[in-house]
Amino acid sequence: MKILANTPLAAGLALAGLIALAFVLPDWALFLLTIALAKGLVSLGIITQMRAGLVSFGQGLFFGLGAYVAGLMAHFTGVTDIFLLTVLAVLVTGIVGVVFGPLLSNYRGIFFAMLSLSLSMILYGTLSKMTSLGGTDGLNVAAPTFVGYEPEARALSLSLYLYTVVIVVIAGTAMRIFFDSQQGMISLAIRSNELRVEYLGASVRRAHTQNYIISAILGGMGGVITALAIGHVDPESSIFWTISGEFVFVAILAGYLSIPSVFAASIILELVRSFSNLYFPNTWQLALGIFLLIVILTLPNGLGSLVDRRRA
Amino acid sequence: MTFALETHGVHKSFGAVTAAADINVQVPERAVWSLIGTNGAGKTTFVNLVTGYLDPDEGQILFKGRDITALGPREVTRAGICRSFQIPQLCGELTALENMLVSLAISSPTPPSFFRRGRAADAEDRAMEILERFKIAEYAPRLMAELPAGVRKLLDIAMAMTGNPQVMLLDEPTSGVAAEEKYPIMDLVMEALAAENVTTLFVEHDMDVVTRYSERVLAFYDGRIIANDAPDEVLSDPQVQRYVTGTIPGREGPN
Repeated sequence: MKILANTPLAAGLALAGLIALAFVLPDWALFLLTIALAKGLVSLGIITQMRAGLVSFGQGLFFGLGAYVAGLMAHFTGVTDIFLLTVLAVLVTGIVGVVFGPLLSNYRGIFFAMLSLSLSMILYGTLSKMTSLGGTDGLNVAAPTFVGYEPEARALSLSLYLYTVVIVVIAGTAMRIFFDSQQGMISLAIRSNELRVEYLGASVRRAHTQNYIISAILGGMGGVITALAIGHVDPESSIFWTISGEFVFVAILAGYLSIPSVFAASIILELVRSFSNLYFPNTWQLALGIFLLIVILTLPNGLGSLVDRRRA
Repeated sequence: MTFALETHGVHKSFGAVTAAADINVQVPERAVWSLIGTNGAGKTTFVNLVTGYLDPDEGQILFKGRDITALGPREVTRAGICRSFQIPQLCGELTALENMLVSLAISSPTPPSFFRRGRAADAEDRAMEILERFKIAEYAPRLMAELPAGVRKLLDIAMAMTGNPQVMLLDEPTSGVAAEEKYPIMDLVMEALAAENVTTLFVEHDMDVVTRYSERVLAFYDGRIIANDAPDEVLSDPQVQRYVTGTIPGREGPN
């Protein structure tokens, strides 16, 4: 898998491959891929923190904030430009990340997981009660426009898909560069031994805070795209703890070794969900659970260890 | 004269246990001293107090005249006091080379970058250089769990050395190491430290190592320093023989 070791080449191939798919896949598959890639961004954020030893069970907070940026802007201001909405989601989640990052960087393990979960559930509770913001019914999100271009039907899903692909490839490449950088290596060291890292002279809290903010922004981008693709946003489907759980599921399935595997895992989740819904609607989580169990037993470092043999 | 390291009336207790009582030492620059004492005598507590892992209840710790009493491990390391650990503190999921690369990235004068590759060729060269200096280069691609105890000790010390310390505290550099490896390890470490003029304090249980490598010995007992002198003087001190080395004449043997 030498090709994947070359970041620009891998990014180029991913971009070309994903764009080519757009012209062969039917509408339903294009929609499914858009959602899976967008949600994969959120799991990529979890991976960022997982590399330093923390797992957030509350990424729904940022996913939901991103989704609500799209919903609220469309509802109150009529802004539907996807670029503007993405920038706004990045700003909002970035600011929230800067506020809570330093606080949560004091906590580890289950305490970090539960605190992040509780923050997301506060937002869930608040938005559920606020009828002026849609309450539990949520808000409809208008179809996105692309700097004046207002596509419809097939053109719309195609544009949205291509936009998502570009964002995902840029984000994935940026994260690969970050993971391979000095800072990224320090995160891995923190995962193994925080005490040693402090005794080398680096701030563990600072690294955790940086990772938290990055994962917040990735969560917001995933949220805004998902909301625009679905055309609706409500607390249940974008902030509730079960959605946060799905992001963690994908992160564990993928492992932290390979970035493409995160999106592959996200696509697997969406595929299993869609098809299981058709054939055994009430037990699809069971199928997912068994699949995760098999992966954990055979590939403890996730799907990523298939391409990164070193830590397999 | 300013000392590399001074402590004035340092006191630390954990509940009813006094781990450090009125600790006063003045370590001149470039000195090589050893710390001896039975388990629980307060040697590691001393190391932890100096390096900021613990804050003293009372007293003052000075590094080249600068008060470092309230600083944490990170600030103390940045100031120029580094330490190694009795149980080597390594990053288990990384290889020996990567452990070294992380140390170099953190201790370089420019802050660690988000863009510069951690495994850049020149960084790897420098890391390999240091591993070669400590004669553990052959273990570069290995994970920590696969390394022999002596190699882990050396890697732990090598990582501490990347911070270009002016004072180095070695917590039992030869514990857990095979008897025949003790001198080769100490030779390597002491040579490397002397080459950089590093003031060195090391905790040690082996009295042969103590007499061979240190100019002066601090004997700890019950949180206090009961002797502070040249190795021969300290080891012939009756109090030290009774409380530390257990070699008090007439008490030996089955009778």
